[in-house]
Amino acid sequence: MSSLRSMCALVVPLTLEGCRTAVLSPAGPIGASERTILLDALAIMLAIVVPTILATLAFAWWYRDSNTHARRLPSFAYSGRIELIVWSIPALVVFFLGGIAWIGSHLLDPARPISSGAKPLEIQVVSLDWKWLFIYPEQGVASINHLVAPAGVPLHFSITSASVFNVFFVPRLGSEIYSMYGMRTQLNLQADRPGIYPGLSADFSGDGFSDMAFDLKAVTAEEFSAWATAAAASGPVLDETGYRNLLKQSQNVAPYTYRSIQPRLFDAILMQRLPPGEGPEPTTSPEK
Amino acid sequence: MSTEVLRAPPDSYLGGHHTAGGHGAPVTGHGAGGPAPKRIVVGYGFWIFLLSDVIMFSAFFAAYSVLFKNTAGGPAAEQLFDLHNTAAETACLLASTFTCALASLAVGERSQRWTQLALLATGLLGLAFITLEVREFVSLIDRGAGPSRSAFLSSFFTLVGCHGVHVTAGLLWLGTMMAQFYAKGFRQDIRHRFLCFSLFWHALDIIWVGIFSLVYLVGTLPRELLP
Amino acid sequence: MFGKLSWHDIPFDQPIPLAAGAFVVFTILGVLIWVWAKGYIPYLWREWITSVDHKRIGIMYCVLALVMLLRGFIDALMMRSQQALAFHSPGYLPPEHYDQIFSAHGTIMIFFVAMTFVIGLMNFVLPLQLGVRDVAFPTLNSVGFWLTAVGALLVNLSLVVGEFARTTWLPYPPLSELTYSPGVGVDYYLWAIEISGIGTLMTGINLVTTILKMRAPGMSYMRMPIFCWTALASNLLIVAAFPILTATLAMLLLDRYLGFHFFTDVAGGNAMMFVNLIWAWGHPEVYILILPAFGVFSEVVATFSGKPLFGYRSMVTATMAICILSFTVWLHHFFTMGAGADVNSVFGIASMLIAVPTGVKVYNWLFTMYGGRIRLSSPMLWAMGFMVTFVIGGMTGVLLAVPPADFVLHNSLFLVAHFHNVIIGGVIFGAFAGYTFWFPKAFGFTLNERLGKAAFWCWFVGFYVAFVPLYVVGLEGMTRRMQHYDRPEWYPWLLVAMAGALIILCGIALQIAQLTISIRSRQQRRDPTGDPWDGRSLEWATPSPPPAFNFAVLPNVTHEEPYWSLKQQAREQMRLVTPEPHYESIEMPRNSPVGFVTAFFAFVTGFSLIWHIWWLVVLGLACAYVTFVVFAWRDVAEFEIPAEEVARIDRANREARAEYLRELAP
Repeated sequence: MSSLRSMCALVVPLTLEGCRTAVLSPAGPIGASERTILLDALAIMLAIVVPTILATLAFAWWYRDSNTHARRLPSFAYSGRIELIVWSIPALVVFFLGGIAWIGSHLLDPARPISSGAKPLEIQVVSLDWKWLFIYPEQGVASINHLVAPAGVPLHFSITSASVFNVFFVPRLGSEIYSMYGMRTQLNLQADRPGIYPGLSADFSGDGFSDMAFDLKAVTAEEFSAWATAAAASGPVLDETGYRNLLKQSQNVAPYTYRSIQPRLFDAILMQRLPPGEGPEPTTSPEK
Repeated sequence: MSTEVLRAPPDSYLGGHHTAGGHGAPVTGHGAGGPAPKRIVVGYGFWIFLLSDVIMFSAFFAAYSVLFKNTAGGPAAEQLFDLHNTAAETACLLASTFTCALASLAVGERSQRWTQLALLATGLLGLAFITLEVREFVSLIDRGAGPSRSAFLSSFFTLVGCHGVHVTAGLLWLGTMMAQFYAKGFRQDIRHRFLCFSLFWHALDIIWVGIFSLVYLVGTLPRELLP
Repeated sequence: MFGKLSWHDIPFDQPIPLAAGAFVVFTILGVLIWVWAKGYIPYLWREWITSVDHKRIGIMYCVLALVMLLRGFIDALMMRSQQALAFHSPGYLPPEHYDQIFSAHGTIMIFFVAMTFVIGLMNFVLPLQLGVRDVAFPTLNSVGFWLTAVGALLVNLSLVVGEFARTTWLPYPPLSELTYSPGVGVDYYLWAIEISGIGTLMTGINLVTTILKMRAPGMSYMRMPIFCWTALASNLLIVAAFPILTATLAMLLLDRYLGFHFFTDVAGGNAMMFVNLIWAWGHPEVYILILPAFGVFSEVVATFSGKPLFGYRSMVTATMAICILSFTVWLHHFFTMGAGADVNSVFGIASMLIAVPTGVKVYNWLFTMYGGRIRLSSPMLWAMGFMVTFVIGGMTGVLLAVPPADFVLHNSLFLVAHFHNVIIGGVIFGAFAGYTFWFPKAFGFTLNERLGKAAFWCWFVGFYVAFVPLYVVGLEGMTRRMQHYDRPEWYPWLLVAMAGALIILCGIALQIAQLTISIRSRQQRRDPTGDPWDGRSLEWATPSPPPAFNFAVLPNVTHEEPYWSLKQQAREQMRLVTPEPHYESIEMPRNSPVGFVTAFFAFVTGFSLIWHIWWLVVLGLACAYVTFVVFAWRDVAEFEIPAEEVARIDRANREARAEYLRELAP
């Protein structure tokens, strides 16, 4: 089945629709707009790239040494008209694409709120070595490597790192963005439908990088409140001690939730009132 | 430049190569006369090296200006810099530029005594500059304002220290030049090297002017004048 | 006594690196013993190691690049096979090895294959095309080459002693800071790149001076072959960009060695500054690589179409436009760091603007072919493969320059596929086109065409089979540098990509076979004319291989394609049109071991810095200084080639060409 889907994906760049590759089958408004821009830009460029490739092959074939029918122009090395055309074709394409880039960059700026009747849900994201911490300040809970969010509601992510760079990325929802220590990046996403959308880190962050995967589980509003209530009922507490434990490097951590969090923990991390990640323990360092 | 090429001095064969005789073609524009003489080539190449060196310094300048306010609770520029010391350093370096120019004149006159004297003066002034700089660095470190204190101090020590390392390397070069003039006389290739050395020394002076104004003067401006 | 170095740093307990290291060590030892036993050492020392001849140095650069290509390609095979195996499985390479392998792959391929290859070609070709006898600073050229070789040696030494960086080919802090990477791997990377970077800078200065100040009489700027123009642009970029790299890596070194805080998480360090600075070098670097390749293709397309290059002035303009624009686009490497819409779109549009002059170049090649008489010899095949592949790579590049599209494609395998598309399809194809094109000039015999064409087809097909799947998995959301994964939709594509890598392996095997077979049959493959492709620029006027002095008398350039116009006249009149010149003795720079010796001490210094052996650092630096002083002290810098010898060589060349004309006669 998977290979069938993959076969299908091969055709995508040609038919421009209909397949289920993550980026080309978005599940939210941001991803959908980005797909449109991607495909529009691709179409504009294919309109000149394909003829160029064909012309290359055709010229190479027609003017081959052995073709006795070809008309040779051994000193044809300048034509003002052709020069004008070859400068203006790419310039025009860039003119169009530049417009797309300008408008798209502004409309899809990751920090720009999604216009919606619903109040956005605030989620704070901290990348650690090597796991994700998701804090829900309004619900007072937090989770590791597992992101639950209501569908149809804008999500506002505030993102920082506890140590090295990472990138927060849920391909089917759209934009990715870096997490950096001492800096806060923002991202606005929305899942239109309930479902499970895999997320990962898109910037190499060390030996445990490949396991920095998480699932974004989009649920109905009721299910989300039920989940938050349940999370608040059990699990450990995330206070400063708990956070310092998280700073130790660990890989492939199974998801779990915290029933409560120390207030303004995210700000304490962001403002560097809490120390950065510890890095490898001396025993595991290659220095022996 | 093309006239330079035409009246190439007899001792500067075209990059060490003979040209073919009999290119009677009119000289029109650059390169028309064939490879430039060795002196031009050497000086030109060294100019390009200096440009690249200036670009390296500009990266350090950029880092300094980015990190200027990142004092991490440690001392800031206006608490650290002593303009008297800087003035003395500047005076040494500017004077050494003057003596270096005198040395160029002396080389032009082929005067061994004046060349050596002017170079010695240049070296002593450079040494005085380095001594003042090291003293400043030591005093900063003693006051707990060493390069590991904050990003600001890291970038300060790197920028000013990189210039200091250049001056030190220049002193080593200068000593070698003096020995060469003494042992070999005013041979053509040694004069080319001296041309490069003096370019290097003057360039260090220009970079110091940048450091002096952007680091020390701006650093000691009253806070409200800073952007 | 030996700093951090101890026996534990040789990975006796880890079979894969140990085997790889042992293989490298025994290969090197084997070659050395063979060379010694055959008694070649004096020859190598005299004719190659101490040579300051730009042609020899250019050839040594290319040999180094080819050897490093093998190393980098083995890394690539290991990465592809790991990802082909690592579906729901840890594969066979644990992260600490896998991370070193992709870091080494990128570092080696960029710095020691692509850079080294294009610098080798420029070194070999430029003085010949400019009609002069050597580069501006021949000894400096030798120093530059040997420093590059030291960088390559340090990277490969890390296989056996210690470890290599696990921080990707551009070691972003804070990951590359001491806190998160305490091992010597990052130090190996940093010192290797610092040392070879200084070598590259020397070459840049040298070649810029050569092009601007050392040209044959009459060779005005607008008569220079286009390869000289692209080389000029590329070397200007080296001069302007490499100091930034040196400074940036120096800051990281200070952080790691002396506890500075440029990029640390604590004490006010700013890691994003590293990202800005490294790409202020890194983006021009892309054009440092591709511009000389554009030059090669321009020469090849014109030669094999039997026409002058179409739109020469347009090409020059486009080249210099790319040279300048390349400094204005660095931010597109991190649109996803939250710079804001205005900044992102300005840099996005600036990046797209580079596509305009690049597109112009493609069309000019196209119209060079138009009306030509095209011979599809293997250099031309590489050029055709390039034109088809590069426009696709350029297109995906422009796609990535649209910020909202980049938001979903950044750091994905789509990006990996894109830059391999332009680096393999552009730089590597260009290097191979140049290699096949100028090989007969360098050695006096041609390469086997059949094997060359077969190698091309393997590379061409292998490239698509290996990288189209990566475009697809990139769209499926797969990010780069994953050691293992559990997503079924990625798996089949990664198997296909592995197959593609194996096809490229066949291409490399065919190239090795081509070289070996061609060397063995070199007597039959001799090219006595010095002009096997019916060339157009001055290098083809020299005998193959050219004598040490290149030209018996410097040519007097009166046309844009000086050799072509002379040749046409000669063909029409059925005789050599230039009378025999008056031969004079020629002074050439003497060979010098200073490059090799300096590089040896640079190696000692670098190695002891990596392992904190401070006394050896001091010793190495002191010896390097002494080397320079000894060099500066020498009294005789040149030797004389007597006029009779010059006459003998040039008369033989003229005779070969006259013979060729007689063959043309009916």
